[in-house]
Amino acid sequence: MNELPGDLMYTNDHEWLRREDDGSVTVGITDHAQLALGDLVYVELPELEQEVDAGGDMAVVESVKAASDVYAPIAGTVVEVNEELADDPERINSDPYGDGWIVRLKPSGEDGDLMSPDEYQALLDELDS
Amino acid sequence: MGQRTPLYDAHVNAGARIVDFGGWDMPLHYGSQKDEHHAVRQHAGVFDVSHMTVVDVAGSGATDFLRKLLANDVAKLTTEGRALYSCMLNEDGGVIDDLIVYWLGGDDYRLIVNAATREKDLAWINERSQAFDAAVTERPELAMIAVQGPDARALAASCIDAPFRNDALALKPFTGRPFGDLFIARTGYTGEDGWEILGEAPAITRLFHALIDAGVMPAGLGARDTLRLEAAMNLYGNDMDETVSPLAAGLGWTVAWTPEDRDFTGRQALEAERENPSRPRFVGLLLEGKGVLRGHQRVVVDGVGDGEITSGGFSPTIGRSIALARVPAGDYLEAAVDIRGKLQAVRIVKTPFVRNGEVKIEV
Repeated sequence: MNELPGDLMYTNDHEWLRREDDGSVTVGITDHAQLALGDLVYVELPELEQEVDAGGDMAVVESVKAASDVYAPIAGTVVEVNEELADDPERINSDPYGDGWIVRLKPSGEDGDLMSPDEYQALLDELDS
Repeated sequence: MGQRTPLYDAHVNAGARIVDFGGWDMPLHYGSQKDEHHAVRQHAGVFDVSHMTVVDVAGSGATDFLRKLLANDVAKLTTEGRALYSCMLNEDGGVIDDLIVYWLGGDDYRLIVNAATREKDLAWINERSQAFDAAVTERPELAMIAVQGPDARALAASCIDAPFRNDALALKPFTGRPFGDLFIARTGYTGEDGWEILGEAPAITRLFHALIDAGVMPAGLGARDTLRLEAAMNLYGNDMDETVSPLAAGLGWTVAWTPEDRDFTGRQALEAERENPSRPRFVGLLLEGKGVLRGHQRVVVDGVGDGEITSGGFSPTIGRSIALARVPAGDYLEAAVDIRGKLQAVRIVKTPFVRNGEVKIEV
């Protein structure tokens, strides 16, 4: 498996987030998550301006195999969604940390439980063993 | 760790993602389920189906036994090697399993039943055979692969012993017979042409590798499921089970009502159900918008009542979501499905959705 990007934070639910220069936070699912789901066929995105709580449902990714909730890793307001996923959900498979991003949030409160790349790698190692 | 087929190491070496399926460690996909699906529709793919249960039935009472055991009638098998798809019912008309039975000639038959139902099937078949002069023998030493797709037979023929090639290619649809140490049948579960091939582990392992070397793509259970859904072929445990009759699962065509004096198990219950005008329909659904239909979602028919999706998913060939569903009686072409609390429009369509590489419904 490829190394985890070092500039991201991770969650127990196999999501990643990146703090952007403008203070917003971009969220997606990890390579491990997309591999477990298989080929993505549909992404249900939230509305712009929607308020989300840390740990609350935010989006749904559906693969050939199953539907899976994407949770908000932090509380905030949805400021942008990746519209490209509507026609090309497989971007999440081909580039989970880049073109496959899902939602951008403006944080409104405390962070949820986030992991460093090393901590998330340790979780993956545990799952593999 | 579950049970492993003789091809387990080959799957792992080919990069398979392994999942548990009815107690067996089976390949879900080898990288991309969609690519494997398209390979079968457009070219050729090979599935390991060695987990399926092979049961031979022989003896002077074998024909009478199977005419009692099965809702379809093995007396229709008048050509040696001919296969028949049938349900095996309980007394209430519920489906214990669905299976394929081959007439091997004389008093010899071969049944291929599902993997997840193996134990209850064997118990039922053995118990029911007691009243007949019929020997029931499981053949766990037989491995099985399915080579499916428009190019499947030609490629598979190039991988078997040369003297058998022409005769194997001449097999008619839904027939099978032995060729050396292999049993080859022109059957499958994808809606494409192809073969299902049984043999002992070394021969099947050799053949599996030869097929991949010949350009056949290994395909997992994931693609097998989307292919059979597009072909509108039922999956036991999803579309029917012991509480559902073949009439409520779109399998009325597999019930042989004539001759009327053939008293197969479940017949009485089915006859009563057949007379019921309000019995449910079993239909195909096409999702009008985006999203994915899944098993157990509620189908809402305005002014009529509710039904349920029994199998649903994304159709890679159509590019939309499709489903099989049990819905209330009535004449209607539109319905809605409750997806996460929102009603989404679906159209009722005539199945199959896809056959021999072609989309058969209006999209």
